[in-house]
Amino acid sequence: MADPNELPTGEGPATAASVGPILRLEGVRKSFGKKVITEVLHGIDLVVNPGEFVAMVGPSGAGKSTLLNLVGLLDRPTSGRIFLDGTDTSTLNDAGLTRFRGEKIGFVFQHHHLLPAFTTLENVMMPLLVHRGSPDDEMRERARQLLVRVGLEDKITARASDLSGGQQQRVAVARALAMHPPLVLADEPTGNLDTHAADQVFDLLREFNREFRGAFVIVTHDLRLANRCDRIVAIVDGVIESDTWKTGGDRAT
Amino acid sequence: MRFEVIVSLRFLREGRFQTLLTLAGVAVGVAVIVFLSALISGLQTSLVANTLGSQPHVVVRPQDETARRMVAEGEAAVAARVEKVAVRTRTLPDWPLNLTRIERVPGVVATSPIAAGAAFVVKGDVSKAVALRGVDTDRFDRIVNITGRLKGGRFRLDGNDVVLGVGLARDLGLGIGDKVRLVTEGGRSDVFTVGGLFDLGAKDLNERWVLASIRNAQTLLNLEDGITSIEVRVDSIFDADRMAADITDRTGLVAETWMDINRPLLVGLKSQNMSSWMIQFFVVLAVALGIASVLVVAVVQKSREIGILKAIGTSTRQTMAIFLLQGALLGLVGSALGCALGAVLAVGFRSMAVAPDGSPIFPVDLTWTRFAAASAMATVVGMVAAVAPARRAARLDPAEVIRYG
Repeated sequence: MADPNELPTGEGPATAASVGPILRLEGVRKSFGKKVITEVLHGIDLVVNPGEFVAMVGPSGAGKSTLLNLVGLLDRPTSGRIFLDGTDTSTLNDAGLTRFRGEKIGFVFQHHHLLPAFTTLENVMMPLLVHRGSPDDEMRERARQLLVRVGLEDKITARASDLSGGQQQRVAVARALAMHPPLVLADEPTGNLDTHAADQVFDLLREFNREFRGAFVIVTHDLRLANRCDRIVAIVDGVIESDTWKTGGDRAT
Repeated sequence: MRFEVIVSLRFLREGRFQTLLTLAGVAVGVAVIVFLSALISGLQTSLVANTLGSQPHVVVRPQDETARRMVAEGEAAVAARVEKVAVRTRTLPDWPLNLTRIERVPGVVATSPIAAGAAFVVKGDVSKAVALRGVDTDRFDRIVNITGRLKGGRFRLDGNDVVLGVGLARDLGLGIGDKVRLVTEGGRSDVFTVGGLFDLGAKDLNERWVLASIRNAQTLLNLEDGITSIEVRVDSIFDADRMAADITDRTGLVAETWMDINRPLLVGLKSQNMSSWMIQFFVVLAVALGIASVLVVAVVQKSREIGILKAIGTSTRQTMAIFLLQGALLGLVGSALGCALGAVLAVGFRSMAVAPDGSPIFPVDLTWTRFAAASAMATVVGMVAAVAPARRAARLDPAEVIRYG
């Protein structure tokens, strides 16, 4: 592991290949509906560099989740282009997009969304299993280490459904990092947690950001947590209203 | 194990009661199919065996004589009625040669020349019309097993011995060693000794058949050294038609098969097969619908999990495979249970329904190919039934199920 006090430079082990920005949005628009067309995003331009820890804030319905789905390659923009790790994602077909998503993006969802039929270890392994096809010891060990890192080594064989909300979200964080993705997206990761559990999860995201040098984009309503990020992007009515770099965030310098 | 197999197994395990009920449904369906087909096939085999136990598979006889119009060519408007000759040619032409030809037909396993005709058995004041059949004991035994069905005496036709059925013996009060007189229509007659009694299980044959040596029958029936028919046994009874045609080709004689003689039996077997197939088809359909409906529900229940799996990179093909595998597994495991259940049913049925002598009334035909076919069928049906649910799963939009799930 790199020295956690070193400034993120985008040259961590997971992002060695990426030299330019990890994420670049050019004039991204998104509309919904067939008869009545509602445009939710009105031309978003955004660049996120490797290692950045970005909060995305804004009122409900401003288009944060829509934007996150587009960046997460779960949906395609109506117009505009999204470059992820240097690749123009509009050139990928659906299968390619799915594969690219699995390799490049880690998700942490608001409702933790673990697979209840599997143990915590299996849940953390799942992105690797999907990618490689069959389980091996290396991925078991990697998943175990991640669970140790999130403080759940004693819950390795527990069913995901037997954990508390905070524990489940920590498993979800571990899962998001299993592939060492260059970009981690979190949609209100602390939304359903009490302050203590929320802090724990947020601290983990922050720690992993330093260790893995991945870029993190976190949608949140919690201004207290947003203020601990390096950069705050505010979305209002489908446009970026402000994009502020924080000097008082908890980035260690 | 592959990712898709792991996930589908886990989803099925997670389904618990739902999975168990579906497996039970598949098992019952497969058990019905196994049991029914084993029973029907067993019944048919024994029915055919019983029927053919006292019948040759093919009878070769002379061609009917055809009458020709005795009218000169070229004369106009002749009213002529051509009647068929009442009596067919009595003996087979060149029978030793034709016998050799028939024996050379592939599939023919036994042949027996027969010198047969009508006769009367006279005992004291009583006389009965019988079918006198001159046979060679060894050859005839291979067509109709007489030795195995003797109720007394032995199946030897030396000298003036005859062997006849238990029905005839009872009618005339005959026992082994008793003397009877055989009279034929030409007034020829001779005295014979009852050397054996048989029971072929058919009343008509037991009351009508009198077996004598070929020599004696020829003399009584005035056939000189001719015979009236050749009876044939073949290795595969349902190919008898083809072999009969072959025999006709080689000899120019008429060859009738057991199927020609037992037309109603054959029609019965065919319609039984048809109804059996119908039942099996609808059972398969019900099993398929059961698997499909439970998987459709599972896709809805698991839509959140499917969404997560897709978000972390599971492809459309992998998603399809997960649900197709679930269908196949339900079919495979359900059919394994069903085969066991069907076998238990069949064996239980066989041991419950027994004749007074302990032999089963309902024979069942349990072969491993039947089980293999049922399992393979159920697995394929399960997978086919899973196609629609699997496509639904593959079409799920992860963004939507994650947001609202």
